[in-house]
Amino acid sequence: MSATLGAIFAPGFFSSSQVQIAASVGAVVAVVAGTVGVFTVIRGQSFAGEALGDIGTTGGSGSFLVAVGPLWGFAAVAIAAAATMEMLGIQRPRGRDVATGVVLGAGLGLAALFFYLIATNDNTTGATFTIVFGSPFAITSSSVPLVAAFSVTALSLIVMLFRPLLLCSISPELAAGRGIHVRLVGALYLLALAIAVALAAFTIGTILSTALLVGPAATALRLTRSPGRAIAAAALIGVGSTWLGILMAYDSYDWPPLGNGWPVSFFVVSLIFVAYLLAGLPRRRRVSSTATGADSAKLAAEPSRG
Amino acid sequence: MFSGFMVNAWTVGSIVAVVAGVVGFFTVLRGSSFVAHAIPNGSLAGAAGASLIGVSTLLGFGVFAGIGALGIGLLGRRGRHDVATALTLVVMLALGALFLSLSSEYGPEIYSLLFGEILGVSASQLVPTTGLAIACVIAVVVLYRPLMLSSLLPDVAAARGVSTGGMQLAFLLLVALATTMTVPVVGTLLVFALMIGAPATARSFTDHPLHAMALSVAVALAIIWAAIALSYTTDYPVGFFVGTIAAAAYTSGRIWSAWRRRVRAPGQSVRTAGPAVKTPGLDLGL
Repeated sequence: MSATLGAIFAPGFFSSSQVQIAASVGAVVAVVAGTVGVFTVIRGQSFAGEALGDIGTTGGSGSFLVAVGPLWGFAAVAIAAAATMEMLGIQRPRGRDVATGVVLGAGLGLAALFFYLIATNDNTTGATFTIVFGSPFAITSSSVPLVAAFSVTALSLIVMLFRPLLLCSISPELAAGRGIHVRLVGALYLLALAIAVALAAFTIGTILSTALLVGPAATALRLTRSPGRAIAAAALIGVGSTWLGILMAYDSYDWPPLGNGWPVSFFVVSLIFVAYLLAGLPRRRRVSSTATGADSAKLAAEPSRG
Repeated sequence: MFSGFMVNAWTVGSIVAVVAGVVGFFTVLRGSSFVAHAIPNGSLAGAAGASLIGVSTLLGFGVFAGIGALGIGLLGRRGRHDVATALTLVVMLALGALFLSLSSEYGPEIYSLLFGEILGVSASQLVPTTGLAIACVIAVVVLYRPLMLSSLLPDVAAARGVSTGGMQLAFLLLVALATTMTVPVVGTLLVFALMIGAPATARSFTDHPLHAMALSVAVALAIIWAAIALSYTTDYPVGFFVGTIAAAAYTSGRIWSAWRRRVRAPGQSVRTAGPAVKTPGLDLGL
């Protein structure tokens, strides 16, 4: 029994402080990303999430230059970019992908400049890799309070907005008819999205943050149509993949070919993707047997071109 | 500025701008900016994998761009399109992170793949780039009518026997082809900023598809030429100038169309009318 456990949990897994920090921060971030992500998927704003995560590269490299913590950089730039997208018209279905894309292009242009300045200042080439791919094992305990504060902010926004946001996401016309300020709700939601994406970027790197945001939420929405249950399922799937990914990365430490471990983000993303594919299997059977059932809550029905 | 290695930069930059302007026109028309971001970014993993097993980077880019296009196409059949794109992208990037961590010496090169080093283009890259660019332009000429019709009026296209799914796949493969040719030379950022910025700017100035495509190419050329010149003078990375100039061009286009609308229809709300191609005025020649 203990031999099996020893094979699954490599020695020192539970006592390592790096693992403890990675597992707790990873879990909190997965819950936030899963919760916000359900609305991201319902609203068809995956591209905005991806763009805000990538623009985090700008924040990460900028914070490197002015020597503040990377999470501040991720969050500040993501929020600024979200505000710009909102001004350029992300609330309109038509043309919003272009608005997102132009902001993303400009943001990455700035990142290119910042990385260039970092490289000319102190000859470290590792900054690009660290910021872009990240690793939860690199999180220090000093950043835990900030992670907690950002998480509470994002979750409170979603809790406060829950009902109007849901109505705005499913039927903006109906929401407007009931006197809800659709644009304001959308803007506040973008703020929550920016914070969630910054947290995800901090944990598994800027270009993989979308995995935590969209993957568990899309999987959950394949399993259930109820938004509340979807949020719970997304949080569970996110936490599960993060913890399992951390365990596998820890175990992979002496794997070939180099013996310095496989990246955590690789395991986390692979697990999330497998979960998404598995969640599609029962639905496929159901759809083929009952024809295309007209669901009352057509949450995931409206296909949007990415 | 126009001698020695700079000749390669100007040549390759111009070729890339033409392809990005043309392919980007369809990307913006179809509302598929996310795809134009995902395929070039995801194909980075191919370059990392190719260097790991010691084959040509161009091959790696091509294979992964193709896998990305097919992945988005297959996953997008069932489930939402933006989710399919996002998941395909992150799976490819996760593989890229794995490949990079398995090969010990590749790290620093990630910068040039992300942000491009157009000033360091070698003469040996000219031939494959030109060849792939020609293939790209031929594909656009062949696909022009059905692709245009299925992008603007999918129902009419389907009624005329043009398969919507088939055209979507053809479009994805077109982006993959453009990616394979442009990313190794200019990085993912440059391609994306050009592919979206230039055609989005062009659409603010004209509704006619062919004019918009020509204008899109012209804007892309102007952006890349200005960026190369500025990068050469200031020594700052070319991607910075491409990204910011593209955003500035798009903003000026938005201001122009808002102003023109206000002049034409005083008193009407400016907000409601997006920069849409007005289908009734289209001359598809059908």
